[in-house]
Amino acid sequence: MITVEELVVRYGSATALDGVDLEVGAGEMVALVGPNGAGKSTLVDTLSGVVRPASGRVSTEGRFAHVPEGRQLFGDLSVEDNLRLGAWKVRDRDPRHVYGVLPDLEGLRGRRAGALSGGQQQMVAVGRALMARPDVLAVDELSLGLAPKIVDDLVRHLVRLNREEGMAVLLIEQNARLAFEVCSRAYVLEAGRVVTAGACDELARGSAVARAYLGGGVAP
Amino acid sequence: MIALLAHIVSGLAIGCGFALVGSGLVAVYRVTGVVNFAQGMFAVVGGLCASAFLGAGIWHGAAELLAVAVAAAVGAVTGLLALGRPGTAPMTALIVTLAVGFLAYAVLVAVFGDTPRSTPGLPGMTSLLGVPVRRHHLLVIGVTAVVFLALWLFLTRTYLGKALTACASNPYAARVTGIPVARMAQFAFVLAGVLGGVAGVLVAPLRPMSFDSDVTLIVHGFAAAVLGGLTRPMVALAGGVLLGVVEALVAGYGNAAYQTTVALVVMLAVMIWHAARRPSLHQEVTV
Repeated sequence: MITVEELVVRYGSATALDGVDLEVGAGEMVALVGPNGAGKSTLVDTLSGVVRPASGRVSTEGRFAHVPEGRQLFGDLSVEDNLRLGAWKVRDRDPRHVYGVLPDLEGLRGRRAGALSGGQQQMVAVGRALMARPDVLAVDELSLGLAPKIVDDLVRHLVRLNREEGMAVLLIEQNARLAFEVCSRAYVLEAGRVVTAGACDELARGSAVARAYLGGGVAP
Repeated sequence: MIALLAHIVSGLAIGCGFALVGSGLVAVYRVTGVVNFAQGMFAVVGGLCASAFLGAGIWHGAAELLAVAVAAAVGAVTGLLALGRPGTAPMTALIVTLAVGFLAYAVLVAVFGDTPRSTPGLPGMTSLLGVPVRRHHLLVIGVTAVVFLALWLFLTRTYLGKALTACASNPYAARVTGIPVARMAQFAFVLAGVLGGVAGVLVAPLRPMSFDSDVTLIVHGFAAAVLGGLTRPMVALAGGVLLGVVEALVAGYGNAAYQTTVALVVMLAVMIWHAARRPSLHQEVTV
């Protein structure tokens, strides 16, 4: 669903991504982890077409949607307007199917998005992306600044959409422990390069990754 | 008392012109971050075209609509020149709009000559609360009210209007969501052309228009628009009307030579008062 080959992205003279290869297959749930500034968000922005690659190739199959880092809602518009604008590229702008997945949103539909709590805003951001009826969804830093319970809840929804509806997910996370729990494969990005990739349980056992991102040994 | 009301009505009418020019500035700025210095020129194009079309024997109504259409087309061309190249910085685009405005002087002089032109407008007087007022003044106020109502409904009730607000509120999120931000910016320029064209068509019967009348219009329109942080069309309406009325009162009771100066000082005072009331200046895009 997502194919990235030899991707190079530069901001002026700085190289943000330096020859990255990545693939997400149909129905897969894949994690992309790495420290701040590793180039994770740049990678998804390139998939969205917001950032242009200097060289290499990115392609997405089917409908692609993106939950950007920091929620990035249309703060002055209502929750329902935010959702409906997520459906710009598809005909069906009825948010009912999203209310089915995230029922809490229905109660917030008339509220100004900018006035919601962080957790609620993240829910709106996920809902807005789901409005595009994506075949593959990239979620950038879902857990950033949110309480663990709220994160668990949102992740559960994503896992359900992945398992039940076959929606492929690329989960970009600084919180590798969380990402490894729910994804089957993972890529570790550091300073614009993929330093290691593989099955999550193997990566979690590998001491280097475990030390760097999971804060020591962790049970798979 | 009668004189006061008459001054107020005429001030409202001319203020509506400022408000329309100001809202055109807002339409472009809130989506693109560009202050469109060609906005006054759109109004001049509208006014001069209306005068030419009427001179050519086209009926009232049709001539004015046609003039607004020309202004919209000029808006589209300005937008293409200013933002046609992807990734143009707002400051660069601003300079381009300034250049387009100057270039337009040459074109306007070549096409329409350099003598001021006026259009007949709606003839005759009528009585409002016992005060004799020009019927054209009432027409200007009425049309402006309808245009602003339509603008408000468009921005707050339609999908396209909300998408425009979305581009203004968070351009990055709009792009991520798949909203074609560049095309929406072009659309904003067309909208600005329409608003400017309407202003020109309405104002031409009140103040004869020449190729360089855009300076007065843009100065007043900008003052009106800045009042709402360049992002709020309804505040631009209030600002424009306030400017117009203050000018008319200064001209009526004082010295007409100072009307613009006094109006702009009043505007400055309102802005300072406004800023003092909200100490933390933050950008917010509301309708």
